[in-house]
Amino acid sequence: MTAERVRVVRSWEWARPERPARREVLAAVPERDEAKPPLLFVPGFGHGAWAFAEHWLGHAAGRGFPAYALSLRGHGDSEPAPEATLRSYTHDVTQVAASLPRQAVLVGHGAGARVVAHAMARYPARAAVLVAPVLGGWGTFGTALRRNPVGTVPAVFGAGLRLNRRQLFSRELPDADARRHLARLGRAGRRAQWQLLTGRSPEPAVGRPPVLVLGSPDDRVLPATALTSAARRYASAPLLFPGMGHDLMLDARWREPIDAILDWLDKDPAPALG
Amino acid sequence: MSSSTDPGRPDPDRTDVPIRDDRPVSDRGETVCVIGAGASGLTAVKNLREAGFGVDCYERETGVGGAWNWRHDRSPVYASTHLISSRPFTQFPDFPMPDDWPDYPHHSQLLSYFERYADHFDLRQHVWFGTEVVRVEPVEGDRWDVTTRSTGGYGPERTSRYAAVVLANGHNWSPKLPRYEGLEEFRGEVMHASSYKDPAQLRGKRVLVVGAGNTGCDIAVEAAQQASHCWHSTRRGYWYAPKYVLGRPADQVNDTLLALRVPLRVRQWLYHWTLRLTVGDLTRFGMPEPDHRVYETHPIANSQLVYYVGHGEVTPVPDVARFDDRAVELTDGRRIDPELVVFATGYLPRFEFLKGQVLGDEDGSGRPRLWLNAFTAGHPTLAVVGLVQPDSGIFPISHWQSVLFARLLTLRATRPDRAAAFDRKVRAGLGERYSAKVKDSTRHWFEVGHADYLRALQRALHELEEGTR
Ligand SMILES: Cc1cc2nc3c(=O)[nH]c(=O)nc-3n(C[C@H](O)[C@H](O)[C@H](O)COP(=O)(O)OP(=O)(O)OC[C@H]3O[C@@H](n4cnc5c(N)ncnc54)[C@H](O)[C@@H]3O)c2cc1C
Ligand SMILES: NC(=O)c1ccc[n+]([C@@H]2O[C@H](COP(=O)([O-])OP(=O)(O)OC[C@H]3O[C@@H](n4cnc5c(N)ncnc54)[C@H](OP(=O)(O)O)[C@@H]3O)[C@@H](O)[C@H]2O)c1
Repeated sequence: MTAERVRVVRSWEWARPERPARREVLAAVPERDEAKPPLLFVPGFGHGAWAFAEHWLGHAAGRGFPAYALSLRGHGDSEPAPEATLRSYTHDVTQVAASLPRQAVLVGHGAGARVVAHAMARYPARAAVLVAPVLGGWGTFGTALRRNPVGTVPAVFGAGLRLNRRQLFSRELPDADARRHLARLGRAGRRAQWQLLTGRSPEPAVGRPPVLVLGSPDDRVLPATALTSAARRYASAPLLFPGMGHDLMLDARWREPIDAILDWLDKDPAPALG
Repeated sequence: MSSSTDPGRPDPDRTDVPIRDDRPVSDRGETVCVIGAGASGLTAVKNLREAGFGVDCYERETGVGGAWNWRHDRSPVYASTHLISSRPFTQFPDFPMPDDWPDYPHHSQLLSYFERYADHFDLRQHVWFGTEVVRVEPVEGDRWDVTTRSTGGYGPERTSRYAAVVLANGHNWSPKLPRYEGLEEFRGEVMHASSYKDPAQLRGKRVLVVGAGNTGCDIAVEAAQQASHCWHSTRRGYWYAPKYVLGRPADQVNDTLLALRVPLRVRQWLYHWTLRLTVGDLTRFGMPEPDHRVYETHPIANSQLVYYVGHGEVTPVPDVARFDDRAVELTDGRRIDPELVVFATGYLPRFEFLKGQVLGDEDGSGRPRLWLNAFTAGHPTLAVVGLVQPDSGIFPISHWQSVLFARLLTLRATRPDRAAAFDRKVRAGLGERYSAKVKDSTRHWFEVGHADYLRALQRALHELEEGTR
């Protein structure tokens, strides 16, 4: 899915710079600087920075990592952006990443992982983590259609993709929490949603970042094979957290995946071969 | 996640070290030396580190940012300097400038951008500040002896041996001062634009500005606002392009046309036509007709010069013929009596620490013969970064030049066949040009069109990655 060649000339992009948009960034920074790389969490479609503020930001900061989460334009408390494209979202990520004091680790969840994959071609991430990555293509669409036809079909016609409780969370998550999270879900831009299926694949990453892929074999948004094939693209195998829903950062056992991510980073993974 | 040897000076007193000029040479192994921590040097350090190389960077000043650090004694920027290339063309391709910055940021924003780049990628730890490179000499095995000392000539010299060298010493610091008959007798004040910092230097004076590069035009505009009179002397007519056309930054409009693959001739025609429709025929102000088409001299981006000419605050005059003790005679015979003459006649590239032949400048003309303005024949471990005068921002070009060089150094070890093919390309391509035909001038031999240039560089990068097919 990766186009292999590095692109130098980008006349269209230079001629038509992305429109700036006000962005929400939530942060939890450790009290003492332990020289660990900052983490930038990128939520998937419909989610905002709030999804990481719930547990993961604080937990990462507690383990010494400066942790930031952004809301892609049109999500959370960022500026409304119904016309947003994958390019706009990628722009949002590279803008926030470049504003951090040090080279950042990009952590993308769901379709946010696709955005991170694009951002990796435009910013030399220190490392990247793809959590339950929805990298797009028609396979994703097929699964969504099978598991949740009522929420998915309208999306084809430009409406928002609606995700349901069973897709996002395991039964372990208390109902009240699940309802609270579901009520906060928004929707991605129509064009971005469509590009997730049809858009150009990400260009090769710059700066040889090591990549970690993780997710749940019981994810009801991702086809089971998607995790393995995502991991294979980055020459690794996925870390699996059985029994969890798609939203690993909000589900009852949220602590396990974030600890696995931080452990991996603490081991200082080597750059990808290049 | 660092991946290779970190610098840290090896002990120079080891017994097995080579000797040069009776002094021990410290062997830095596979480390690469970068000269200069301006924008070009910084991006070279970053991209070499990213490719896994150890790097020692030497910088004669005490901070990063080169020309854009106005505290540096050689900085050519003046208080009012704003970019002439808009943001998308100026930022590094993998480290965007904040999108809430203006289209044409101020020089202080540029400095903060380079400082943030240095901190973000943790580059300062590789830079030896206050250290000047005085000699760079090739030694056996495509290696280099680099001799340094404290800036200003204090302290002893020391020599270190490197696997490769990047020259990123900039080309806008050594003033070009034309000679004129009688200039020594002239009793008025004379300065080169490099010493111009603040409009207060012009206040209330009769000022003559010589040269219509971007510096000359900026200073003429400030003289229009501050001086009691301003003459602006040019030796030819130019296309004074505004910073905005058709509602957008002019370079973005130009690249829209480039993206649509509109041929140069048509772009030139459109540009001429746009200028005719807006500022009109400048000969009515007494300015000479341009002796060239747009893009055939380094582009001027200045919306205000023509405006002040129209207000009568700038008097365009022809070239200077000679000086005497109190006046300046122009080539049309007119005599004017400025109190201050500012020579905005540009800069000349200089590599004072290197023998001219190394860069293919056999006759000492000051014009190296390179391929991609970066690579020289016979020295595969040497690259010049930033020796371009683009119709756009320099920094993306410096970035890609150093990416290409880092790639080349890596492949020299892993795929010598590819590196050898690259060397053949260098030899075949020496002196290649990447712009429309340009007027012969000391500033134009390294003029490049950014699209032509980057396309050639992209091709070189792909061929290096994939082998020539
Ligand atoms: C007024 C003005 C405005 C400009 N505006 C633009 C613009 O809008 N856009 C654009 O792209 N370009 C512009 N330029 C061109 C400018 O040259 C480049 O932007 C840029 O500064 C080039 O960066 P550099 O790192 O190659 O060189 P420099 O910034 O000159 O940096 C070279 C560094 O090398 C160091 N050095 C030199 N010799 C030695 C030595 N022997 N030993 C150790 N260190 C050494 C110097 O101290 C310096 O820090 C402008 C230039 C001027 C004069
Ligand atoms: N605002 C900005 O961002 C900004 C501001 C200033 C400079 N810059 C950049 O900095 C670089 C240097 O610019 P610059 O303006 O200082 O220098 P420049 O571009 O080299 O311009 C020098 C000017 O002086 C003239 N000249 C040179 N020698 C002469 C001589 N012997 N007699 C008479 N005229 C002579 C040149 O005429 P010819 O046409 O014959 O060569 C030209 O008009 C350029 O890349 C420029 O774009 C940017």
